[in-house]
Formats: sequence, C-alpha cells, structure tokens
Amino acid sequence: MEFKDYYKIMGVARDATEAQIKQAYRKLARKYHPDVSKEKDAEARFKELGEAYEVLKNPEKRAAYDQLGPNHRAGEQFRPPPDWGAGFEFSGGGESSYSDFFEALFGQRARARPGGRGGFDGGRGEDHHAKVLLDLDASLAGGTREIRLRVPELDSAGHLELKERTLNVQIPKGILAGQTIRLAGQGARAAGGPAGDLYIEVEFQPHRLYRVDGRDLYLDLPVAPWEASLGASVATPTPAGPIDLKIPAGSKAGTKLRLKGRGMPANPPGDFFVVLEIALPPADGEKAKAAYKAMADALPFDPRARLGV
Amino acid sequence: MPQREIHVISGTIIEQGDTTLTIEDLSRLCAAEAAHIAELVEEGILPVIGGVAPPWRFPGAALRRARVALRLQRDLEINLAGVALALELMDEIEALRRRIRG
Repeated sequence: MEFKDYYKIMGVARDATEAQIKQAYRKLARKYHPDVSKEKDAEARFKELGEAYEVLKNPEKRAAYDQLGPNHRAGEQFRPPPDWGAGFEFSGGGESSYSDFFEALFGQRARARPGGRGGFDGGRGEDHHAKVLLDLDASLAGGTREIRLRVPELDSAGHLELKERTLNVQIPKGILAGQTIRLAGQGARAAGGPAGDLYIEVEFQPHRLYRVDGRDLYLDLPVAPWEASLGASVATPTPAGPIDLKIPAGSKAGTKLRLKGRGMPANPPGDFFVVLEIALPPADGEKAKAAYKAMADALPFDPRARLGV
Repeated sequence: MPQREIHVISGTIIEQGDTTLTIEDLSRLCAAEAAHIAELVEEGILPVIGGVAPPWRFPGAALRRARVALRLQRDLEINLAGVALALELMDEIEALRRRIRG
C-alpha cells in the first residue's frame, strides 16, 4: 500500500499545534467539501483530508502515526512494522471509508460506525444511499441501466467488508440531476423485519451534444456565416429526434433559440436551447480566397467599430 | 443461445409526483434524531408543505437538502445559522450561474 503523508495533505508542519491543525482542516474542508466545491477532484481530496484530520486531531493516533518517523514519502510503498499497534487503543468515529493505509494502521475498529445501524424503527433493515453517474440518454429515453454498488456487509466473523452488488434498474424517464430514485426493499436485509430501501441519487456524465441545466438542455449549433445572415433551415439534433430548425436572418454568434418543452422529458418538461456558433469556412483554395476577397471588397464592414480605433 | 433472464427493478423519483415525507422518514433516511431534523425546520432550511404547525409533511426534495445540511454541519463544524446561510448563498450562486448561461 502507499504511504500517506497526513501532514502534507493538511499543509501543516510536523510540529503543528492542535489549533493549527484544526484551522488548516476547517479551511481546506470548506474548499473541498463535495457539497460546496466545484473542484474536479473535490470528493477524493475531501476524503483524504478527513482521514488526515481523523489521525492528526487525535493525540493517540497522531502519536502512533508519528512513530513511523519522518522519513517516509507520500506514495511510497509501505508496510506497517510488525510490532505496530501495540499499546494504542483507538476509538471509533466517522462514517467515510478510509484508505488501505489508514486501515492497516488503525484497523477495522476505527471504521465501524457507532450507532447508525438498525435505524430508529425497530426491526426494519437499514436504508442505503448511493450516488450514481448515469449517461444522459438514460433519462432522455428511459431504459434499464446496470448499476454497480459497493455495499458494506458484515461477514460471519463480524468484520466489515465491501461487496460488489449489481442491479438492473429501470431509470425513470425525465429524471433530473440531483433527484433520487427510491428502490423499495433494496436496502439492507434485516432478520425478522422488512428490508430497508435503497436511495439512488442521480448525476449525469457529460453528454456528447447537450449540456444540462436543471430541466433545460443546451446545444451549441455551428452555422455558416451565410446561414446566420440570410436565414436558413438547418438539420438539428434534439432529444426527440432530428428536426429542421429555422435560423432567423440576421442571427449573430451567441443567438439563442428556444424550443419550448423540448428539454428534459420531466414533468413539467424543460426547454431546449440552441446557441448559435458561427463557423468560418477555411480559405484554403483559390475559389475560397476569391470569395473572401469579393466579400471584403463588397462590404464596408468594420468589426472593431465599437473599439474606437 | 439460452436467454439470460435479467431481473429489472424499478422505483420512484422522490422529488416528483405526490411523494411526501414525515419527520420520521427524514430522521431515518438521514440517520439523525427527529429533534435534529426539527431544528433544520425551525432554522428555515427545509421546505414544509402546508402549515408550519406539526405534524410536518415534507416534499421529496427535502431529503437531499437535509442530507446536505447535516453533512455541512458535521464536516465543517458550523452551526445551523451558518448552514442556512451557506445553503442560501449556494442557491443564489446557482441562480446567477443559470442567468449567465440563460
């Protein structure tokens, strides 16, 4: 497994005080919290940060970690020393899953969540929550998708382990990013009680053509200069199939055309926005060059008139 | 070739239709005490259907909001007034971002 430099992750010196560690954590936590941050790797960074804080804020864990010495480098191959762990007692906390490195040092005990299990209503199994990344087409057209989940389960010896579980889920047509599908009875099984439910929060992978904003969809549509200037009818993909879209004469780059109700097929449906891009034909032949020259001669056009130069 | 049988399960979107949640539902789904959920309501963080007098009924969208609020409170060690402010500012950023694109 790879060594993790918790001091480096938190950006503090090895002799940082508790107050400095706490301050560093709070600052970084605000920056990388997955519910707040727009950084790409926020989720991974936040997890790593939580793990580092879990160790450094706890005097026993920090002392144990420091015992490994200052000469390890982040990412180097690491094995805990054979006498590791003797004399330290770690109490539980946190619900996030930790790295192999953390688990090797602080063990399963630190991971098992206190309370939490069983819920508040007696014999019913625990509800599970998961986030899945779907292709947008699953929502646009509806359909079945295979969803792989890693589910923590207790084995016969009482150890927590992650099992992979595959479900074929009917994706409700028109589901939006941030919405949640409830799958009744697909949560944890319970002895002598009904199983819990599984809640799947949906996010979308970037789509080849469309951008999603809530229930609205956006398409960047390239048009030729003459199509924009003179008006035209151009073939345009939409979620419901290709259409001939009328480009009004005198359109500019960035002109937005709205097709009402043709966005996400939700209830109510969203709108479909076409944003025009003016694509220039390359001047790569005698004919093309002549055409550009003719245009330059014929049009008294100053694209920089507004700049006052 | 023998056909492989695929077991397909389907569910409901909790933010759509007439799904409503009780405080017990939210408490169970967020693994939080009902009193803690009530604090979120009193802080104006969670949308409530109808009157503010208990028993409360919540729209499905309250689930995600409650989970985000509780995560922020726990992970960033901020109080509920701070959570409420953060959520409102995040909503505002989202609306502004939409207007830039829109």
